[in-house]
Amino acid sequence: MGPVLAGVLQMLALTGALALVHKPLGTCLAKVYSSDEHWRVERWIYKGIGVDPGTRMRWPAYLRGVLAFSAAGVLFLYLLQRTQGVLPLSLGFRAVDPDQAFNTAVSFVTNTNWQSYYGEQTMGHLVQTAGLAVQNFTSAAVGMAVAVALVRGFARSRTGELGNFWVDLVRGTVRVLVPLATLGAVMLAACGVIQNFSGIHEVGQFTGGPQQWNGGAVASQEAIKLLGTNGGGYFNANSAHPFENPTPFTNLFQIFLILVIPFSLPRTFGVMVGSVRQGYAILATMAALWVAFVALMMWTEFSHRGPAFEIAGGALEGKEVRFGVGASSIFAVSTTMTSTGAVDSFHSSFTGLGGGIAMLGMMLGEIAPGGVGSGLYGMLVMAVTAVFIAGLMVGRTPEYLGKKIGTREIKLAACHLLVTPALVLVLTACAMALPTPVNSTTGGGAHGFSEILYAYTSGANNNGSAFAGLDADTGWFNTTIGLAMLLGRFLPMVFVLALAGSLAAQRPVPVTAGTLRTDKPLFSGLLVGAVLIIAGLTYFPALALGPLAEGLAA
Amino acid sequence: MNNSALHTVRLLGAGLRALLVLTLVTGVGYPLAVTGVAQGLFRDRADGSAITADGRIVGSSLIGQTYLLPPQEGRQTPRPDPRWFHGRPANGLGTNDVNTRYRLLLSGATNRSGASEELVQWVTEARAAVVEENSVPGFRVDPSDVPADAVTSSGSGLDPHISPAYAALQVHRVAARNGLSVQEVGQLVEDRTEGRTLGFIGEPRVNVLELNIALQDLVAKQ
Repeated sequence: MGPVLAGVLQMLALTGALALVHKPLGTCLAKVYSSDEHWRVERWIYKGIGVDPGTRMRWPAYLRGVLAFSAAGVLFLYLLQRTQGVLPLSLGFRAVDPDQAFNTAVSFVTNTNWQSYYGEQTMGHLVQTAGLAVQNFTSAAVGMAVAVALVRGFARSRTGELGNFWVDLVRGTVRVLVPLATLGAVMLAACGVIQNFSGIHEVGQFTGGPQQWNGGAVASQEAIKLLGTNGGGYFNANSAHPFENPTPFTNLFQIFLILVIPFSLPRTFGVMVGSVRQGYAILATMAALWVAFVALMMWTEFSHRGPAFEIAGGALEGKEVRFGVGASSIFAVSTTMTSTGAVDSFHSSFTGLGGGIAMLGMMLGEIAPGGVGSGLYGMLVMAVTAVFIAGLMVGRTPEYLGKKIGTREIKLAACHLLVTPALVLVLTACAMALPTPVNSTTGGGAHGFSEILYAYTSGANNNGSAFAGLDADTGWFNTTIGLAMLLGRFLPMVFVLALAGSLAAQRPVPVTAGTLRTDKPLFSGLLVGAVLIIAGLTYFPALALGPLAEGLAA
Repeated sequence: MNNSALHTVRLLGAGLRALLVLTLVTGVGYPLAVTGVAQGLFRDRADGSAITADGRIVGSSLIGQTYLLPPQEGRQTPRPDPRWFHGRPANGLGTNDVNTRYRLLLSGATNRSGASEELVQWVTEARAAVVEENSVPGFRVDPSDVPADAVTSSGSGLDPHISPAYAALQVHRVAARNGLSVQEVGQLVEDRTEGRTLGFIGEPRVNVLELNIALQDLVAKQ
């Protein structure tokens, strides 16, 4: 068997596993967020927080909950890093510098997990497990909560109520993420991912002399890093590090963990709005884009265009032998089309076009299948836009799931779509125009531009992967990428929740012969078109200057 | 303090309490439970898959090593020891610059693009070195036989594996330097070659440390 066939088979195996799991998991998620019962442990938690789980929130209250919880998260994580030097279990690591601590705190709270630090030499056990890993859970739970609030907006009518943020947050954590992450972590540890609380210790080497190893609760952090589409590695090399991702099987399992919740949520959506076919139309759109991107990535990586790769005889720079080109391509696409940003191979050393595909995956808005929660609400906003475009074409008032897409709705959707492109393009332009940020790139030229474009694309879309040749640990990049992550996460949430509130207040429009059927393949096709056209028109000039210039020169 | 400010403070308080409670669940309970299970059921793996040879730990089966001659005076970089199989280049590996009381290996990649002149130079030099090192009397390495993994750095810089093709390329040199026959060493490589998991996951590979331990045993037997 050749490596290309093996790569294709791995993709098919993954698709099969996801097809098996999405149905039960999606239905289960719908039950979790619809159930009226509270578990006993959840009641204790509500008591601890001091909130009444029975309170029903309109969208401003729901949003205030999201923002308050996230603000507390940033503050706590910032202080934890700033005081690391005097805290226990720090392994003797000192406090993190202010700009880097701000960047990292924002990065983990916004589900981005951009890392301008080296895990090995910066973060002790306490910050990793009680700080960073906690945000891996809660930022994912916040994403799911906002997605569920939007789904309720479609499902409910003549009410402004979207549910209770604290209940959605706690249930997402306790009923979904903790059990799944526990299973995933034990599986990973069984395959060789380390899980201990040893300090840095010396181990002998074959030809003499010691090697120094970091210990750490890696398997437990790894599982939620992927499951919550976070992506922040315990070690600098992320999922390329053998202690994080030791075997070809763990690699495929990690990709599965990344994709499993995002690909199950459309089913949850379908169940909650009372028509699973609507969910499948969304799922089909996501799956079509993901498969197409994987195929493109494999094609360009296997054909290894580029002077250095042609001399080497393969695009193996930055890739591990045990994964090979095929599995690395699947991982790269899956991590950039969700908001994960974990890497098992280094995107900067992909072919020019391969790096462009990774960037484009993020530029689509990370909606195929997208981050945990954020992928679903991003795609639903895109569906609203697609319905609106279709309505314009035939001259009918657009409606989606029985809700009119009026002026207010489309304004909110459009604002949502504009936030990240504005951040990416403006900040990239600023960095290129200023004299110093360009010094952080490796090599300059088209690839240097790509490094900066990639960094802001990754930050504003809350991805977290990097063209890591960029030295991002500078005051400028720590601050501006930090701001891009904050605004790129919370501004869209404001628009999504406002949209949800406005939809929930409407009375449903009856379905007529003239209604656009949004549960048919035709609509999925329209949606794919809308996604590609919007991202294409927005980003083509920038892509042409970076990855396309590099890829076509090769 | 007016009403809305008071409300904001209260809300932030609830956020902070929620964070602390969830930290207990996900930041204390969860990692400890997973550690308990992992240490109880598969301690060796949870501690880093150490390998012992002759009763001493010689590394981890997961982490790549270098096999170098003792440093010589007047030479900046120690040369590879021709008796052993070698792993991939690791130009992206770093050393720590914070907390310098440790001598940590910082995992990482070179992050050079295919168009990078530096990478072109590294690859070209690595190829020449591989050809020169592995050509022994009676066996000349054809530069076109050098596989890509032999001349490129891995993502982690700690890749413990090489491709079977790169291992095969080193067989003649290793056999000559250890006084073994090419068949014996070739058989050793074949025995240590792992195929794809279930026939299709990942790529075929040889673990360099395990191969060298087996080689050491073979030499000791002679």
